Amino acid sequence: MNTQADAVPGSGAEPQAVAPAAMAATRPLYWSVRRELWENRSIHIAPLAVAAVFMLGFLISTIHLAEKVRAALALDAAQQQAHLARPYSVLAILLILNAFAVAVFYCLDALHGERRDRSILFWKSLPVSDLVTVLSKAAIPLVVLPLLTFAIIVATQLVMRVLSVAVLYANGLSSEPLRTQVPLLQMSLVLLYGLTVQALWYAPVYGWLLLVSAWARRSTFLWAVLPLLGICVVERIAFSTSHFASMLGHRLTGGFAGAFDGVKATNGVPIVSLTQLAPGKFLSGPGLWIGLVAAVALLLAAARLRRYREPN
Amino acid sequence: MTVIEARGLRKTFGTTIALDGIDLRVEEGRILGLIGPNGAGKSTALNAMLGLTPYQGELKVLGRDPWSERDQLMRDVCFIADVAVLPRWLRVSQALDYLAGVHPRFDRAKAESLLTKTAIRRASKIRELSKGMVAQLHLALVMAIDARLLVLDEPTLGLDILYRKQFYDSLLNDYFDRGRTIVVTTHQVEEIQHVLTDVMFIDRGRIVLNRSMEEFESRYLEVMVHPDRIAAARALKPIQERQVFGRSILLFDQVDRRLLDNLGEVRTASIADLFVAVMSNPAGQQGAGL
Repeated sequence: MNTQADAVPGSGAEPQAVAPAAMAATRPLYWSVRRELWENRSIHIAPLAVAAVFMLGFLISTIHLAEKVRAALALDAAQQQAHLARPYSVLAILLILNAFAVAVFYCLDALHGERRDRSILFWKSLPVSDLVTVLSKAAIPLVVLPLLTFAIIVATQLVMRVLSVAVLYANGLSSEPLRTQVPLLQMSLVLLYGLTVQALWYAPVYGWLLLVSAWARRSTFLWAVLPLLGICVVERIAFSTSHFASMLGHRLTGGFAGAFDGVKATNGVPIVSLTQLAPGKFLSGPGLWIGLVAAVALLLAAARLRRYREPN
Repeated sequence: MTVIEARGLRKTFGTTIALDGIDLRVEEGRILGLIGPNGAGKSTALNAMLGLTPYQGELKVLGRDPWSERDQLMRDVCFIADVAVLPRWLRVSQALDYLAGVHPRFDRAKAESLLTKTAIRRASKIRELSKGMVAQLHLALVMAIDARLLVLDEPTLGLDILYRKQFYDSLLNDYFDRGRTIVVTTHQVEEIQHVLTDVMFIDRGRIVLNRSMEEFESRYLEVMVHPDRIAAARALKPIQERQVFGRSILLFDQVDRRLLDNLGEVRTASIADLFVAVMSNPAGQQGAGL
């Protein structure tokens, strides 16, 4: 297209139009996050695949939707809601679990892969600090995955709703029970809260995984898990206590219990009402803040470690 | 002005000494060739200058401490570590986007125009390019950055002769000017002799020879000696003697050219031959050393 212009020699002698000072400090961070998305396509492919598989199942289930709604009408309000909202909340739970799994594998590879393929020498030849690099990688599980998961869940739920209303209409049934018992807007607020809680609560987990990926030469997963198990075992044998193990367990499973009221993880009732959110309880608990301080320390340590890192 | 200044630069890996107290100074506008056998400490020295490895001693690159200020330094310094470091999953267009995004001195239009002279397509991933094309791409990216210092560590490793020649030609014709400085290491010494303004030999973590090319050319002369004058030639203490097709070729350091003209055909020594002489002959090291 511009081969004519290229034939002109001496283009290198022109003064540079780029003003170095004009570049905002956040630009390298922004482009580094985009770089992560180019490299790690599983970040968006995995949740889309989960949503697609779920939709396939849901499509088939709409055959029985009319009977299900008729049966639900005979129940009381709470049971109605449990019945009708379940597919929506199952979808949300699946995608939240998927986001966590993607985040774990992403973090374990984030600072390890660049040494394995030697590309760290290319990235380090650019004016991007180790801290910005580590922050851009931490932004994937802390910001990008939650937002993406939110968008995919809400979009899928909307499609489910439209489909359901169409099926009910075709069967001559009112969509009124769905609208009252499955309040999508309200559920999306609950979801947004839940994803925020998850990101903040798991921040030290991601920080730890990133640190291990900056440190370990190989077998990042084993290095992330075995030392923690080792501490549990030593504590158990030496002191016959299990404080460390229960602390780990609390970190892995305690986030939602501390952020919602009147929710038991096992009872299977979908969280629909905003009254069940307990941000005050979540924000005032020490677990959140200890975790965030630990996350900051772990990320700083990972950035520091990356400075010393050469290709494997 | 001075671009690189090192005093007592030292680096050890366990008990192995990679750099044994190096002093060096590289001025603006020079093209320095760093020559040494494998494991001599060339890459370690370059890595220290690029802030990739910690070191002992004093080191300033463009007035900055490379280890603590790598990210700022990389606005003015470019390097090509070797041909294999561009990430294989990256698309050419993404490489351009990313550099334009993070590098304040990257001129995207210039990179695009350099790429139109090659067969590299924007949509290709690095893994789809040949080794030579990856080197072309990396060079195009680096040449589009208005840097003051370019460091090349074996940039043409594994490339065929055509790509190697093209690489240095375009570096000299389209990039180098007196405001820039280039430091290069390579094993293909003979191919870069005409490119260099300075040459430095490193062996076992020490600098064993450091000359400008003008000095080099006036100082090191090679004579294909007439068979009947061989004794006279040897009396002038050559630093190396080798046989080619039955003729003796003697390498002299700082011997008057008029004396040598009587002995046979005189020509400027090649860096490669001097390198062999210096490395294979500890006595020669004394003669040719600093």
